[in-house]
Amino acid sequence: MNILGISVDPAIVKFIILVVQCIVWIVALLTTFAYIQLVERWTIARIQVRIGPNRTGPRGLLQPLADAIKALFKEELVPTNADKLVFVLAPMISVSCALLAFAVIPVAPPINLFGVEIPMQIADVDVGVLYILAIGSVSVYGTVLAGWSSNNKYSLLGSLRAAAQLISYEVTLGLALVGVFMLTSTLSLNGIVDYQKNFGWLIAPQIIGFFLYVIASIAETNRLPFDLPEAETELIAGYYTEYSSIKFAFFFMAEYINIITVCAVTTTLFLGGFLSPLSGIPFLRDIPILAWDGIWWFALKVFVLIFIFMWIRGTFPRLRYDQLMNFTWKAMLPAALLNILITAGIVLYPEILRLLNGQVTLR
Amino acid sequence: MPADYFPLFIMLVVSVAFAAIGVGVSAILGPHRPTAIKGQTYESGMPTIGTARRRVWIRYYLVAVIFILFDIEIIFFYPWAVVFKQAPLFLLIEMVVFVAILLVGYIYVWRKGGFDWY
Repeated sequence: MNILGISVDPAIVKFIILVVQCIVWIVALLTTFAYIQLVERWTIARIQVRIGPNRTGPRGLLQPLADAIKALFKEELVPTNADKLVFVLAPMISVSCALLAFAVIPVAPPINLFGVEIPMQIADVDVGVLYILAIGSVSVYGTVLAGWSSNNKYSLLGSLRAAAQLISYEVTLGLALVGVFMLTSTLSLNGIVDYQKNFGWLIAPQIIGFFLYVIASIAETNRLPFDLPEAETELIAGYYTEYSSIKFAFFFMAEYINIITVCAVTTTLFLGGFLSPLSGIPFLRDIPILAWDGIWWFALKVFVLIFIFMWIRGTFPRLRYDQLMNFTWKAMLPAALLNILITAGIVLYPEILRLLNGQVTLR
Repeated sequence: MPADYFPLFIMLVVSVAFAAIGVGVSAILGPHRPTAIKGQTYESGMPTIGTARRRVWIRYYLVAVIFILFDIEIIFFYPWAVVFKQAPLFLLIEMVVFVAILLVGYIYVWRKGGFDWY
C-alpha cells in the first residue's frame, strides 16, 4: 500500500487505524458523557423549576471541564480499613467495561478515507449482542468489589442491592432481545441493521420487547426509578460512598457511558441504527443528509432515548426494593417469555395459514 | 473468526490504559494529607461502629442462584433464536417443552416466596 509515496505494509496501516479509532471512540464517548451529564442537569433543573448550571463559561457550557479538573485535583482518600488494591481496581473495572461495551456498535456505514475502507465500529463480531451482555455482566464486578472493598456498611448494602438488581434485570434484558434474533436470525449488530434496512424497523413487530428492554436497561444503569443501590436517603451514596476524586468520577463516567451504550443498543436493535427514517418517503428521498444513512441519525435517535431517560428520572418516584424485585421476576420475565411466543407466532403465521389451507408442511 | 476479536483486545488495552492514567494523574496532582479521622469509614458523621465484614442476608444468595438458572436459559435461547427460521414449528415445540420444564421450577420458587422481599 502506498501512502504519501512511501510504501507501507497494509497490516501496519490497519493496526494504526485501529489504535487511532479506539482513541477517537474513547474521546468521543467521554465528550458525549460530559455534555449529556450537563444537559441532564439542565433538564432536571427545568423539571424541578430551577435554572441549573449556568455560571461556568457561556450558559454553563464549560461546566463539564470544570468538573473534570476539580475531580483530578481533589485528594484521593482511601479509608484505612479498606482493601487498598481492590478499592483502586473497582472503579477501573467499571469504567473500562463501560468503554469496552460500546466497541461493537456500528455507529455509521463504513466510510472510505484515502482509499482505505474504515468500518465505523471497532470490531464487527458475529455475537455482538452477546458480547455487550457479557461485558455488562463483568461490570457488575466493579460495583460489587467497590462496595465490598470500602469496608463500609452502607457501601456493602448498596453493592449487594446493586448486584441483586443488576442480575435480576439482566435476565429480562437478555430475554427481551430473543424476539429480535428470531426475526433477524443473527446476533451480529450489522446483520440486524441490514435486516431493518430490508424489512423495516424492528420496533413494530417487537414493541413488547422494546419496552421491556428500555425498562430493564434503565434498571441496569441504576437510573432513578430503580436507583436503589445509591438511594441517597437511606444509603448515603450506595456503593461509592467512600470514593473521592477521579475514582468517584470514574463511577459517574461508567454510569453515563452505560446509558449511552444501552441507548445505542436500543437504537441499533429496535430503531434501525444509523438508517435514515426518511429514505422511504417519496419527495424526501432525494435530499442529501436527510435521506442518507449516517451517524447523525444514529446520534439523534440515541439522544432522544437519553432524553427520555432524563425525563423519566425527573418525573418518577423511586420504587421500593420489594416492588423492584417483584416487578422484574413476576411481571417482566413472564412478559418476555410471552413476547417470544408472540414472535414465534409472527414467524409461523404463513406456515399456520398453509396448515389451515390443508397444505401440511411439518418440517 | 478469532481475528475479529483482535480490535476488542486493542480496545481493552486502550481503555484499561485510560483508567490507569486517570488514577495515576489524579494521584500525582491531588494533595495527600491523610489524617486518622479522614481515613475513618464514613457513617453519616458518627464514629464507626464495628466492621462491614459481616454475614449478609441469605436472600441475595438465593437471587444469584435463580439468576444463574435463568441466565443459562437465555444462553440456550440465543442459538435457538438464531436458527429458529430454519424449522420454526419443530423448534417452537421443542422450546415450549424446554420452557415448560423450567416454568415448573419458576412457579415453585414463586409459590415458595423466593421472589418476595420483606
